[in-house]
Amino acid sequence: MEITISDLWQSAPMVSLTLTGLVALLVESMKGGRTTAVYGLSLAGCALAFVFSLWSLGSEVIVFNGMILQGGYASYFSMVFTSSAFFTIVLSRPYMQRLHREQGVLYILILFATVGMMLMASAMDLIILFLGIELMSVCLYVLTGFVRTKVTSNESAVKYFLLGAFATGFLLYGIALVYGTAGTTNLKLISQSFAQLSGNSLFLMGAGLLVIAFSFKVAAVPFHMWAPDVYEGAPTPVTAFMSTGAKAAAFAAFVTVFIRTFAITGTPISEVVAFIAAASMILGNVTAIAQSNLKRMLAYSSIAHAGYMLSGIAAGSAEGETGILFYLAAYTLMNMGAFGIISWVEQQDDTKLTFDDYAGFSAQRPVVAAMLSVFMFSLAGIPPFAGFFGKYYVFLAAVKADLVWLAVIGVLTSVISVYYYLRLVMVMYFRDGNATIEERVPGFAFAVIGVIAALVILLGLYPSLVVDISKTFFKL
Amino acid sequence: MFSFAPTIVLFPLLGFLFLGLFGARLRNEKLIGILGSGTVGLSFLVAVALFIHMLGLEPDQRKGIVELFSWIGTFTGTASSVNVSVAYQVDQLSILMTLVVTGVGFLIHVYSIGYMHGDPGFWRFFTYLNLFIFAMLNLVLADNFLLMFLGWEGVGLCSYLLIGFWYDRKFDVGGYAPGKAWTNDAAKKAFIVNRIGDFGFLLAMFLIVVQFESLSFDAVFGRVSVMTPGSDVMIWITLLLFLGATGKSAQIPLFVWLPDAMAGPTPVSALIHAATMVTAGVYMVARCSILFALAPATLQVVAVIGALTAIMAATIGLVQNDIKKVLAYSTVSQLGYMFLAMGVAAFTAGIFHVVTHAFFKALLFLGSGAVIHGMHDEQDIQKMGGLKKYLPVTYKTFLIGAIAIAGIPPFAGFFSKDEILWKAFSSDQGSVLLWAIAAAGAGVTAFYMFRLVILTFEGKERFDHHHAHPHEAPKTMTVPLIVLAFLSVVGGFIGVPESLMGGNALEHWLEPIFAPAMTTLRATPHHGGITEYLLMALSVGIAVAGIYGARTVYMKRQELADAWRSKYRRTYQVLWNKYYVDEAYDTLFVRSTVKASETVLWRGLDVSVIDWLVNASAQGVAWLSSKVRLIQTGFAQRYATIFVGGIVLVLFWLMFK
Repeated sequence: MEITISDLWQSAPMVSLTLTGLVALLVESMKGGRTTAVYGLSLAGCALAFVFSLWSLGSEVIVFNGMILQGGYASYFSMVFTSSAFFTIVLSRPYMQRLHREQGVLYILILFATVGMMLMASAMDLIILFLGIELMSVCLYVLTGFVRTKVTSNESAVKYFLLGAFATGFLLYGIALVYGTAGTTNLKLISQSFAQLSGNSLFLMGAGLLVIAFSFKVAAVPFHMWAPDVYEGAPTPVTAFMSTGAKAAAFAAFVTVFIRTFAITGTPISEVVAFIAAASMILGNVTAIAQSNLKRMLAYSSIAHAGYMLSGIAAGSAEGETGILFYLAAYTLMNMGAFGIISWVEQQDDTKLTFDDYAGFSAQRPVVAAMLSVFMFSLAGIPPFAGFFGKYYVFLAAVKADLVWLAVIGVLTSVISVYYYLRLVMVMYFRDGNATIEERVPGFAFAVIGVIAALVILLGLYPSLVVDISKTFFKL
Repeated sequence: MFSFAPTIVLFPLLGFLFLGLFGARLRNEKLIGILGSGTVGLSFLVAVALFIHMLGLEPDQRKGIVELFSWIGTFTGTASSVNVSVAYQVDQLSILMTLVVTGVGFLIHVYSIGYMHGDPGFWRFFTYLNLFIFAMLNLVLADNFLLMFLGWEGVGLCSYLLIGFWYDRKFDVGGYAPGKAWTNDAAKKAFIVNRIGDFGFLLAMFLIVVQFESLSFDAVFGRVSVMTPGSDVMIWITLLLFLGATGKSAQIPLFVWLPDAMAGPTPVSALIHAATMVTAGVYMVARCSILFALAPATLQVVAVIGALTAIMAATIGLVQNDIKKVLAYSTVSQLGYMFLAMGVAAFTAGIFHVVTHAFFKALLFLGSGAVIHGMHDEQDIQKMGGLKKYLPVTYKTFLIGAIAIAGIPPFAGFFSKDEILWKAFSSDQGSVLLWAIAAAGAGVTAFYMFRLVILTFEGKERFDHHHAHPHEAPKTMTVPLIVLAFLSVVGGFIGVPESLMGGNALEHWLEPIFAPAMTTLRATPHHGGITEYLLMALSVGIAVAGIYGARTVYMKRQELADAWRSKYRRTYQVLWNKYYVDEAYDTLFVRSTVKASETVLWRGLDVSVIDWLVNASAQGVAWLSSKVRLIQTGFAQRYATIFVGGIVLVLFWLMFK
């Protein structure tokens, strides 16, 4: 059991981001530590980790004595996480400055949460997975309550922490049961003996508890109850981070365990996941209709999207996996874009967050309104935007896995979702009003959102860009 | 070298994006014109370079496919899924079409700088034109049916946008309704009629996917050899494809939109509704020649429809008075000849006619545009006459175009049309009857074209000198006319038949493309010897007779025209009213559809059933929504309880299932 230099080098994305976080911590704690320096450092760290991930995308390697996977799958997710972190940091700065709450530690927490996410995506051992989940979650609890002066922020942090701790208990219990029946926590070893284990009811129970814990993290029904309150109470950029990076990380764990390790197709586990998917799609979409607050609407919408993606998990196939990978890239972009623009419009006192506050927005800010419309159309799954192909791929996977009923529910509930997404577009374009952005938006943040919008269109016209990338590490 | 092919498509796309985004702010006609024409010119240059490169290659090397990216990608391990790429195929046929589209397209772009001068929508016009060229190039360069369909729909959209370009104007409907209609109505008519054809194309694609599990030309044409000739599925695929072609290329029964499409600006009529887009159907049939060769019954249908359209449209052209309407019917008629060629398996001859027709018909339309421009938007030839002294360049070039279309050697139209006539007579699919119809049509063509020339340019001046001050068009308009006139004179030499000591370069060039189809049809070339020369002489004689007839009636003995009109009143009325096809469609389809839509579909189905269902379900969802949200109380204890409930359910299912 020794750690070689090669192991560290192969894990460059994770290692570099950790080091960046530590250096940023030092800079922050130095006397007269400048938040601007921490800000720049964090952005650079994310960019560096992104480049490392892109560079190592080609082939998968297992390092650290079979504990951690790097390259390929892990690198793909690292790219999603670091992009999400990068966007979040960019959006957080003006948001926190407006609240006069900007502190360097915010960015550092985001960096460490991202490291946790990377651990989740690269875990080859249940213990590493647990480590990653906790690292990410603890950082997120703090980030949720970051605006200490606001009651809602505090309340949501406490709720998130309580329920998160609750879920962690089940996660550990599940790991314990799997360990007890399989005799190991190493995923590779478990996958080799999955055929025999799947008949063991204690193992099934352990697997079921893992489903539950992951479903909590992706906010799937009925383990979603925390999401609307926490999404609403958290600072908006943090909400964006939770709904994209954290959700992607939880899906990475889902895919690692239930597609890449277990062969769940046709087992009761697949059925349970399918039920959870169906319930999430129905409840998420139906409840979203009744929301007047955009952050809550997007919270329910993110529950629905978790349901769509879980269809891919229920399929349990390679198609399901590529479908989810594409979906996550598309979803991260469009959700980040939507939250980003909402964070510009909203006011310090949590106002300007309802549909009505967007009346006439297209006349005042035509470019921003057009971008927000792109995100809404994409979320609704209308071509030629990225969201369409995301849904297409996961539903196709579900159909091919003989889960036609699930795909039918997915398509029908997507129709429901069009109502509330396009309602925002309708309000912006067809209702009179003078909604606008009160404070100046920094050019950099504006450009970043513009790039995201362009990517949403690009992925819709050229979906194979990501599919090809995600294909490459199937040829292992 | 082939890898440069995508740039041909790229330049017009860049032009479209740039002009579309910033054109409104440029406010400089010169710059917009140069940008708009320049992109097409660049594409033309690349196409020429590619063509020269291909000339130097062995015939079996003259094909390259450039895949840009997988468009509708599927996953590994599922070979049965259809995989469609954005990929361009350069071969002898597509490069020829590309040269025509970009070459003639470039000239018409240049012409438009002069023609559209001062129009407030100047930038918009060039934006649409660039988009059109982009879509058209996708259509001809696509390596699969779906991308071709994208181009097919794209040119349809541009056609719609450009017919209704002057959306605030009205135009003369002519015939049955001497009133005026909005140009928008013409645009909608074109779009809707085309939808019917497109539907056929779509169904054909579905059948192809089911039958061949692919949409790429190479794969489909490669797998086609296992099919039995004349099998039902081949007949259906080809008939549906041909239905698509009748829509785009204005053949019976879907030709009615093209004459109305003349409501658009004249360069549009020249580019889209004469030289390029309307020949897309012919191109598609030629591209799928192997499919049609496996469905001899469809080939018969194609030949008959082509011949009937040719004669029918030509006779309507005899009596129309709108300069552009005459040319429009002439286009429909000439497209009929092209389909006749396809139907008698003379694919090369059909493509040959596409090329020469692009030259002389673009020339004629642009010439008519120069006349309209010089006459301040007057289009009625009865109110013209004697214009040759005011518009000398236009007159000379127009006359060249008329001679070319009439089929007088050695002008371009003669060779291509004669080749079609000969093949209609001699090929295994042809017959004397088809030849006779086509030959009669040729005579009518010569007659109405010279009627048009004479009424416009010769004789007495019938226009009001107080209102009209005819003047020659500017250089940007006359130079394209001269270039096209030159091409109309010499363009035919690419396909001089062997019987006239020519090498028939075009036939040799295209041979590899049509070889599979010709092998399937077991077609043997017929060298008719004396018969061929006789028929050739006969068709020249018919053309000369047509011209002579027109000169007699409209120059020497003008009373004859009026006398005939009253004598053959019935016939005249039928022709003037375009065989009442529009009326028939109006009664049969349009009005009944509108009526049925209003009473049954709208009031009956939509309002009372669907709306009710939608509203009821929407209210149901809203009600459910309002109840479900109450679960979200905000109490963490409650959330944990529900959480535990979920755990119980999951574990219960796993344990006791």
